[in-house]
Amino acid sequence: MPTVSMTVNGKPVTGEVDSRTLLVQFLRETLRMTGTHVGCDTSQCGCCVVHIDGDAVKSCTTLALSCEGAKVTTIEGLANGDQLHPMQEAFRENHGLQCGFCTPGMIMTAVELVGRKGHNLDEKTIREELEGNLCRCTGYHNIVKAIAAGAQAMGAKA
Amino acid sequence: MSVTGIGASVRRKEDVRFVTGKGRYTDDINRPGQAHAYFLRSPHAHATINNIDLSAALKMPGVVAVYTGDDIAADKVGGLICGWMIHSKDGSPMKAGAHPALAQGKVRYVGDHVAVVIADKLSQARDAAEKIVVDYGVLPAIVDPAMAVGADAKIHDAAPDNTVYNWHLGDKAATDAAFARAAHVTRLDLVNNRLSPNAMEPRAAVGDYDEGTDGLTLYTTSQNPHVARLVLSAFIGLAPEHKFRVIAPDVGGGFGSKIFIYAEETVCVWAARKVRRPVKWTSDRTEAFLSDAHGRDHVTHAELALDAYGKILGLRAHTTANLGAYLSTFSSSVPTYLYAPLLSGQYDIPAIYAEVDAVYTNTAPVDAYRGAGRPEATFVVERLVEIAARETGKDPAAFRRQNFVTSFPHQTPVIMCYDGGDYNASLTKALEIADYANIGKRKAEAASRGKLRGIGISAYIEACGIAPSAAVGSLGAGVGLWESAEVRVNPIGTVEILTGSHSHGQGHETTFAQLVSERLGVPIDNVAIIHGDTDKVQMGMGTYGSRSGAVGMSAIVKALDKIEAKAKKVAGHCLEASPDDIEFKDGKFTVKGTDKSIDFPSVALQAYIAHKFNGQELEPGLKESAFWDPTNFTFPAGVHICELEVDPQTGVTTIVKWTAVDDFGNLINPMIVEGQVHGGIAQGVGQALFEGAVYTKDGQLVTASFMDYQMPRADNLPSYNIAITKTPCPSNPLGIKGCGEAGAIAAPPAVINALTDALGHEDIAMPASPLAVWRAARKTMAMKKAAE
Ligand code: FES
Ligand code: FES
Repeated sequence: MPTVSMTVNGKPVTGEVDSRTLLVQFLRETLRMTGTHVGCDTSQCGCCVVHIDGDAVKSCTTLALSCEGAKVTTIEGLANGDQLHPMQEAFRENHGLQCGFCTPGMIMTAVELVGRKGHNLDEKTIREELEGNLCRCTGYHNIVKAIAAGAQAMGAKA
Repeated sequence: MSVTGIGASVRRKEDVRFVTGKGRYTDDINRPGQAHAYFLRSPHAHATINNIDLSAALKMPGVVAVYTGDDIAADKVGGLICGWMIHSKDGSPMKAGAHPALAQGKVRYVGDHVAVVIADKLSQARDAAEKIVVDYGVLPAIVDPAMAVGADAKIHDAAPDNTVYNWHLGDKAATDAAFARAAHVTRLDLVNNRLSPNAMEPRAAVGDYDEGTDGLTLYTTSQNPHVARLVLSAFIGLAPEHKFRVIAPDVGGGFGSKIFIYAEETVCVWAARKVRRPVKWTSDRTEAFLSDAHGRDHVTHAELALDAYGKILGLRAHTTANLGAYLSTFSSSVPTYLYAPLLSGQYDIPAIYAEVDAVYTNTAPVDAYRGAGRPEATFVVERLVEIAARETGKDPAAFRRQNFVTSFPHQTPVIMCYDGGDYNASLTKALEIADYANIGKRKAEAASRGKLRGIGISAYIEACGIAPSAAVGSLGAGVGLWESAEVRVNPIGTVEILTGSHSHGQGHETTFAQLVSERLGVPIDNVAIIHGDTDKVQMGMGTYGSRSGAVGMSAIVKALDKIEAKAKKVAGHCLEASPDDIEFKDGKFTVKGTDKSIDFPSVALQAYIAHKFNGQELEPGLKESAFWDPTNFTFPAGVHICELEVDPQTGVTTIVKWTAVDDFGNLINPMIVEGQVHGGIAQGVGQALFEGAVYTKDGQLVTASFMDYQMPRADNLPSYNIAITKTPCPSNPLGIKGCGEAGAIAAPPAVINALTDALGHEDIAMPASPLAVWRAARKTMAMKKAAE
């Protein structure tokens, strides 16, 4: 079996994988990091979004082997110890989650969105940028609010 | 109101684990030595199984075992059950076809379970399943409920004409008499479209067998783990309850679909004992579309009778309800007692008669989905009322007002006794927020841009807080619908609440703790809510039908009352006063009229060290439990108003404003309540505009992925304007009515009433996709031309 090495949340990791193993399987099953979720099989829901070298990527549609040498950040790597990331804090503060299943993907998508589009995000932009993320619980209202607030907070911190 | 007590928008305690990826869902659980299950599913909607050849599959690498219906039968594993007995008009019991966990001799829908492969790895189980050779004898299939009776397809021997029951409710003669003297009758044919529930977390199960104790454990995505254990023990017969633990850990949304006891978890836990290894199964999304119980799927003809002044005289409806290929756990109750008793809506309707024919088809089983019967009823009532107003030239808001129930209690002709509400108040407030008075100007402005603008009202009512056990028992329920609670106060004054309710997004860890904090004066962080584990919580009925506040919290109140009474006795001994003279407030026990007091944690400690009282006269400890059986349903009600614009060129519908004014009685946490409303509206708008589970004529599910089934996304929904009115519920101690389903119930008719207002005709069905709306808009344009 081939092996793959990458950096996950700042830690170097190496593991044996099948050539067909997906990044999300490598994270969840090999590394037992279960914060990244799987909600579909057609790359539609975004529950599985992680950052690969800074880009938001659906880990359910990425082969683990293709991540050789990459820097991967998952939801588990966002907080600074006990200090939540401002986007995590904003989701909590704005009730941007209910069951929490879509939340890791939403937050990872949102953080990358701020990196691309800045700290002043209007509702329309946020809604459009969420086209790759599904939530069945919140009706999106509070997710949109959370992302706008989180974007501001990330700016204030920087 | 304290900052963490009842009525405060406390930020959720559970969120820290969810936003950091530390939630623990069923698929996150891995047991040492576990094997993986993969289900071979039927590719045919209806076929006999002539032969299954497993020989090649068994030789595949990593395969531990392959089982079929024969093995289930040999082990005498009971079939899946439907727990609500409905009787037909003629008194005969519903016709329930056998539902084995793995098919025996016949498959009845695409996705039906033919065999299970258990292997070291999931990929191996999948690969091996491809080597199973099944010889099917394809049979004619039927998917359209309206055509099921008398179809060539004969789905169950027990139901020769594919009929489950022919049920009715109400007084036919009185209703016919009302129609006979009507000045105007509004008639409506409608389809309530079939939906896939699509909680974002797919279903999953891990079965585990402990040889040492002969005990079974099932980790599962359940809204009601105790009911799952009861069914799997008492009916399916996997193990007696005392040797069977069911754990529903964090669950990623349910919406009804995780109430039911399905084939997959049954097989996982049964197989775990057979192979002597933990067995894990996680649904992929395609499997979820194929085999999670679907929702709705009604075909209805309804009529409303009015007198010459516009007063409603009567309502009658005939509904054909599609229950799919097998009766799911509570399916029989949804188009009957969860549906027809709501046909009075918010209106004073003297006579109502409903007939419901439930049929089998070669489709996935249909059962409760957010709202369950009540959205179907509300769609009938609110479409009828809207059209009746239009036909008689009345303003739809004024027409509703004219017919509202205004005094309580109000006994409807269809079982329900509404205990309280103020329907005018919600309507007035909603009209104001929606700026209903000026819609004409906005329509004209939209028209100048080539757009069609419309406004639609939905005045809904639902029956929640289900339900008084004896009452539902008399209607055929196989279980009581009380809830249990246990309050354990620890010696240092921290508190554990064990509840039979189950949270899968509702935030019980926060709201239930708010109640305890308010009552006992302990900080919210000193309260733990324990749920979802049959080894910890003795018994419970779970979470569905917006019952956790009204029923689950009422049980906690009852147990807290006992805690307070006992603690007063302990405090009395500590303060050398009679318990009758002790007052309890803000976490302090005080002797009335003195400054002698002792705080709650000290009383807890004294209760356990038991030095200050005689342990023979007063039992040490501070732990109480209670069961709460509701005295009535609760009746949340409100008014939602949708304003939208149609682009006749593209058929795209854009919701420009959503107004929701709901009366949920007292609120524990307004932030969480609003979130529930948001989510419900999104699902209701989804039903109205986007979602529909579609089968081909021969029973192939066309919409089996998120690419084919349109879920509402962030960019096709608006932000919502939410407000409340408040009439406390008189039927439970906290005055709570429940809020979980309101949005999903209210939204579909609000959207369709707005859309038909924009279009100027009634010729549009759900889901009103851009293609359907574009076609309907062409008719509008043609009508306009003809009028010119
Ligand atoms: S699991 Fe990756 S998009 Fe759905
Ligand atoms: S919070 Fe449940 S799916 Fe988004």
